[in-house]
Amino acid sequence: MNNTLKVAAMVAAFAASSAFAGEITGKIKVTGEVPPAREITPIKGDKMCGALHTKPVMTRTYVVGADHGLANVAVYIKAGLPAGKTYTAPANKPLIDQVGCVYEPLVTVAMVGQTVDIKNSDAFMHNVNCQAKVNKPFNFAQTTQGAVNPRVFDKAELAIKLICNVHPWMSGYVHVFDHPFFAVSDKDGNFTIKGDLPDGKYTVEANHLKSGIVTGEVEVKGGKATLNLELAVK
Amino acid sequence: MAPTIPTSSSQRPVWLFRFACLVALATLGLVCIGGLVTSKGVGMSVPDWPTSFGYSMFALPISMWMTGGVFHEHTHRVWASGVGLLVVFLARWTAGSGSRKTLAGVGLVEVVAGLLLMRVNPLWKGEAHFLLGIGGVVLAAAAVGFKNSPASPLSVRLAWAAFWLVQIQGSLGGLRVVLDSWAIGGTTGGTVFGMIHGCLGQVFFVLVTCLAVSLSGWYPRWPRRAGDIGGAHWVFLGTALVFGQLILGLWMRHQHAGLAIPDLPLAYGQWWPKTDPESLLRYASRREGVDAITSLQIHMHLFHRINAILAFSTILLAFRSSRVHAKGHPLKILGTTWLHLVSVQFALGLFTVFTDRAADVATAHVAVGSMTLAVGCWFCWAVGLHQGITLSDSRSLSDSGLPETPVVP
Repeated sequence: MNNTLKVAAMVAAFAASSAFAGEITGKIKVTGEVPPAREITPIKGDKMCGALHTKPVMTRTYVVGADHGLANVAVYIKAGLPAGKTYTAPANKPLIDQVGCVYEPLVTVAMVGQTVDIKNSDAFMHNVNCQAKVNKPFNFAQTTQGAVNPRVFDKAELAIKLICNVHPWMSGYVHVFDHPFFAVSDKDGNFTIKGDLPDGKYTVEANHLKSGIVTGEVEVKGGKATLNLELAVK
Repeated sequence: MAPTIPTSSSQRPVWLFRFACLVALATLGLVCIGGLVTSKGVGMSVPDWPTSFGYSMFALPISMWMTGGVFHEHTHRVWASGVGLLVVFLARWTAGSGSRKTLAGVGLVEVVAGLLLMRVNPLWKGEAHFLLGIGGVVLAAAAVGFKNSPASPLSVRLAWAAFWLVQIQGSLGGLRVVLDSWAIGGTTGGTVFGMIHGCLGQVFFVLVTCLAVSLSGWYPRWPRRAGDIGGAHWVFLGTALVFGQLILGLWMRHQHAGLAIPDLPLAYGQWWPKTDPESLLRYASRREGVDAITSLQIHMHLFHRINAILAFSTILLAFRSSRVHAKGHPLKILGTTWLHLVSVQFALGLFTVFTDRAADVATAHVAVGSMTLAVGCWFCWAVGLHQGITLSDSRSLSDSGLPETPVVP
C-alpha cells in the first residue's frame, strides 16, 4: 500500500512539474548575402595547431545551416518574467573547450552563479584571457592537456569575450543571464528554451555576435510556444 | 662666437663607444620584439610577471617558450632583462669607478625595498621580485672592481638617465601584465601601461643612441657656436611631429585602430568618412570578425595619416635647409639620413595598410619610426650646438671624455 501511495505521489509530482515546464522552440534564420567563411591561416602557420587539422579551419562569423538557419545565436527571455523573482543556477556545468586551437563552442550561455568549466583539450598550452566588463576579468594559463578550470560569473553580462593570447585567433564568447531561460541556436538555427517557464507573454531576444540583436514577442500557452526570428547580415 | 676646435676622435673611448652601440642595437631589437608582441596581440600570453607560468623567467622550459605567442612575449622579457643588464654595466663603465658607491647604494636600496614589498603585500610580489633582480644586477655592477675614469659629463648624465629609465621601463612592462584588467578611466590598465611602456621604450632608445653619439668620434666634430642656420625651426618642429606621430601610432596599435580604415588614400571612399552609428556599422560589416569600429578609432587613424604628411613635409624642409652645408658636414649627413628614414617610414605606413597590418610590416614601421625619432633628436642636438645652444655639457669642447686610465673592454 505504501508503495502504491509513493508511486501515485511521484506521478502527481511529475504531472505538476510538467504543467509548469514551459518551453519555447523556434528557428533563427539569416537574411541577406552571407559573406563566405575565410580560412584562419595562422592556424596553418602554427606548427602545433596546424598539425591538428587536415582540413582548413574556417572563421565562424556566420555559420549557416539548412534553410538559412543561423547557428551560434544566443536566444533568451528579455522581458516578461515575474518581477523580482530569483532563480537558482542550474547544476549542470557548460563546457568551454579549447580543442584544435579553437574554442568549442564559439558561444556559451550560462546563468549567474552557474559553474562554467573551461578546458584545454590540446597537448600544449593555452591561456584564457577573459575580457569581461561587468564581471571580474581573469587571465590564466592552462599548460597541461585535459586541465579544467571552473569559473563562475556573478553578474549578468552579454558577449563576454574569451581570448587566447598564445594563439591570438582563438576567441569564444559567454552570455551570462540572471535567469535560466536561454539557449544557443544549433547548426541549423534551431533552439529550445527549456525550464519552468510559466504560461504568459514574453519578449525574446536573439543575439548574434555580428548581426546584432533582434527581438520577438511570444506567448507560452500550455507550456509550449514557437518563435521564429530573422537576423539580417551586417 | 668663434667655433672651437673639436677633440681628436682618436682620443675617444673607443671600446666604451662600441659597447654603447651594442646596447643601442640591442635596444632597437627590443623595440622590434616589443612591437611584434603588440602587432600579434600576444602581450598577455604569459599571465604572470616577472615569473613566466610560475617559472623563473630564465628557467622556462623550451617547449613552453616555443609555443605560439609565448615565444614573442617571453623572448621580449628575456631580451629586456639582457638590455637591463647591459645598461647597468654601461652606466658603471661610463660613469667610471667612482660610480661604484652610488651603484652599491642603489642596489642595496632596491634589494631591501624588494624584500619589504614582498612582506607588505603579496599582491606586489611581482614588483618585489623585479626589484630584487635588478637590485642584484646593480650590486653586481658595483662589485666590478676595475678602475676607470668617467667619460664626458654629458655622457655620464645620459648613462645615468638610461640607468634609471631602463628600470622604470622594465617595471612598467611588468605592470602592463599585472594590472592588465584594472579599469582605468574607461580603459584597462593593460592599455594605459602598454602605451606608456611603448612610448617610454622609444624615449629610451633615443637616450641610448644619444649616449652612443656622445661617446663617438663623430660628436666632437659637430660644429659648435658656428652661427644661426636657416631652417632650424623645421628640425625642431619635424622632431616634435615625429614624436607626436609615434604617440598616435602607439595609441592606434593599442586600441586596434590600425585597420579602422582599410583603404588609402581615401577613407571608405571619402576624404573624411562619416562616423554616425549607421556608417560605423556599415564599415564594421566590411571586415571579418565581430569587433566594432568606433569613431575615435577612425579619427585617430585619420590624424595619424595627416600628421604623417605634416612630418614628412617638415622633414623635407629641414633636409632642404641642411643642403647648404658642404659634403660631410654633420648637419648635411643628418638631414639626408633623416629624409631617407622618413621616406622609408612613410612607405612602411602605406604597406601596413595595404598588407592588412601584417605583423612584420607593422613592426618594421615601429622600428623605423624609432630610428626616425632618434635621428631627429640628434639633428636637434647638432643644430642646437651649431647655434650655440648648449644643453648641459659646457665642458664638451675641452672634455673629450677620454678616461684617465685605459678602459678595459
